Amino acid sequence: MNKRKRLLSHSFGITVISILMGFIVGAIILHRTGYNPFEAYGIMARGVFEKPKYLVQTIINSTPLILTGLSVVFAFRTGLFNIGAEGQFIIGALTAAWVGYFLKLPPVIHVVVVFFAAAIAAALWGGIAGFFKAKLGINEVITTIMLNWIAFYTQNYFVTLESFKKPDSEASYAIQNTASIVILEGWKKSQAGREWLKNHPIWRDVLKTDFNWGFLIAILIAILIWYILNKTTLGYELRAVGFNRFAAEYGGISVKKSIVASMMIAGALAGAAGALHVMGVSHKVSTLATMEGYGFDGIAVSLIAGSSPIGCILAGLLFSGLKYGGSKIQYTMNAPPEIISIIIGVIVLFIAMPRLIDAIPKAVAKIMPFVSRRRGEKHVG
Amino acid sequence: MLDNIGIIIGITLMYATPLIYTALGGVISENSGVVNIGLEGMMTLGAFVGAAVGYYMGNPWIAFLAAGAAGGLLALCHAIASVTFNAQQVVSGIAINFIGPGLAMFLSRLFFKGATMTKAIDINHKIPKPLDPIFEGLSLQDSFLAQIFNQYATVYIAFLLVFAMWFVMYKTRFGMRLRAVGEHPRAADTLGINVYRIRYICVILSGVFAGLGGAAMSLAVVSLFSPTLISGQGFIALAAMIFGNWKPQGAMGACLLFGAAQGLVVFLGGTSIRVPSQLLSMLPYLITLIVLAVFVGRSRMPKADGIPYEKGGG
Repeated sequence: MNKRKRLLSHSFGITVISILMGFIVGAIILHRTGYNPFEAYGIMARGVFEKPKYLVQTIINSTPLILTGLSVVFAFRTGLFNIGAEGQFIIGALTAAWVGYFLKLPPVIHVVVVFFAAAIAAALWGGIAGFFKAKLGINEVITTIMLNWIAFYTQNYFVTLESFKKPDSEASYAIQNTASIVILEGWKKSQAGREWLKNHPIWRDVLKTDFNWGFLIAILIAILIWYILNKTTLGYELRAVGFNRFAAEYGGISVKKSIVASMMIAGALAGAAGALHVMGVSHKVSTLATMEGYGFDGIAVSLIAGSSPIGCILAGLLFSGLKYGGSKIQYTMNAPPEIISIIIGVIVLFIAMPRLIDAIPKAVAKIMPFVSRRRGEKHVG
Repeated sequence: MLDNIGIIIGITLMYATPLIYTALGGVISENSGVVNIGLEGMMTLGAFVGAAVGYYMGNPWIAFLAAGAAGGLLALCHAIASVTFNAQQVVSGIAINFIGPGLAMFLSRLFFKGATMTKAIDINHKIPKPLDPIFEGLSLQDSFLAQIFNQYATVYIAFLLVFAMWFVMYKTRFGMRLRAVGEHPRAADTLGINVYRIRYICVILSGVFAGLGGAAMSLAVVSLFSPTLISGQGFIALAAMIFGNWKPQGAMGACLLFGAAQGLVVFLGGTSIRVPSQLLSMLPYLITLIVLAVFVGRSRMPKADGIPYEKGGG
């Protein structure tokens, strides 16, 4: 229990040091394999910040990560490990594509219906793991791994259905325009829009991306989750269960109900990620050859965020920036972009070991007695 | 009909093999008390190293062992984090699942001109089928018996390892210590068993097994590494281990079940029978969930599984 508490509340300092260690290890590997790490990191930074459209792309890509991160955080706060965000994302995306294509509704209403349908479906999906944990005592890590694969094959099955599958493709039909959340979608394709954009190249570049309302919605949801966790009775109860299950029970909180509720909300969040992704970017679901990784990335995001909902926004942006910027070192310097996965893995590994990070100053003290003694005195003073 | 059954059993054995190695890795690690969700990453790295060494050295056995070593090295990271530094084991395993595949593809791009897929190994440099000459000598190479029993060497080794693991775990002193450490590390410690050392050995061995499992895929089932080659098999092996009640023989049974589902998918794909393959592929996971629910209480994980051990801690 102590261990978990430590992980939940690890300090900002540990996060910063872990991120630093990730970059240092990444630099060492790049250097060892004959690439200039400064050049690589420079390209990555420019690949995110150089042009407005790069920044916009980074923001677009961060949307699902923020939400799956929130999903994992939410379950974490109740002491549950939601490995299932991946499957919940899939169920959300599949439901969104289904409702977005088959239902014919007026614009804004359609978006709202798609969003809630996806969130509810994914909430039920997450609730299965919660039910198994609460009623049968089966570890949620096991059930969510199983549910991920069941979701995976469910989507692949649905994409084969005749009424849903677009002929000569490996994907479903695109959702109706009324369910799209792409900003100015109609206008930017219209005559007047194209005319205007021709004279405003920056906006033309920005709107060429899948610039959509998803990020804004994700931020609002993050704030809502922060509010629920910290300012409501429900949040208090869930956190109490995560803090000390037995004390919570003794205090009159229904632990079983809390576990199911927590997994359902976590599922809804990952499902919302899937819905926003479909409505804002992909507009359809495709046959999956392998897991897309939004859920697994969400676990890393939640860990980097230190299980804070607002931290998820920053960690999601960091993660998305790393991935998007990192993809550019392939074209410009022919370096493997997979270095990003290694860096992220190392960051998570260090976050998992707060004790090691605590030990770093001591180790430094041993190696460099003079430097650290002086520094140590400063700290004391 | 008989031939078809032979083909299905043959494919089942072939696809179950990589899972068996990896699930055995899970068995040994978790029985010593360390959850290893990083099997997937270790398996992926093993698959790449096996394929790469096999391609450049031309010797499948050196490649196979190199894959085991690579998995073991990655597992060492997991051991350092989770045994020495008391990391939350699931988190450290997740880190491994980023690092393993990342490293595999990174190295692939370095050694194969920027491609994440390795070049195919020459058919003569794959893991051999040792019984080939015998079946050919008896001119039985396409018979029912050959479909089942004429397998890649890695298949036989997998089953031998299951027996060896069972023997070590339940019939030797080391096995007893290993299980003691996974059940009640403090009691084991008071009896003079070095908890840390046993856990280190077991976690590293789990990586070796996972690496071998990956190579059994990339050196026998197919002859190259690609980014989607493993995709999820490490997690399937993890499920098989849980389904098999944390026992080597149980894990083997579960792997065979998962392999059979795969075998049916492959077999039916080649026939005119129209069963949605996606639903068939889903079956093992559904069955695992149902079995877990029905036999709840019967499945028993090692008591101290997942709990970091602190010498002298409270």
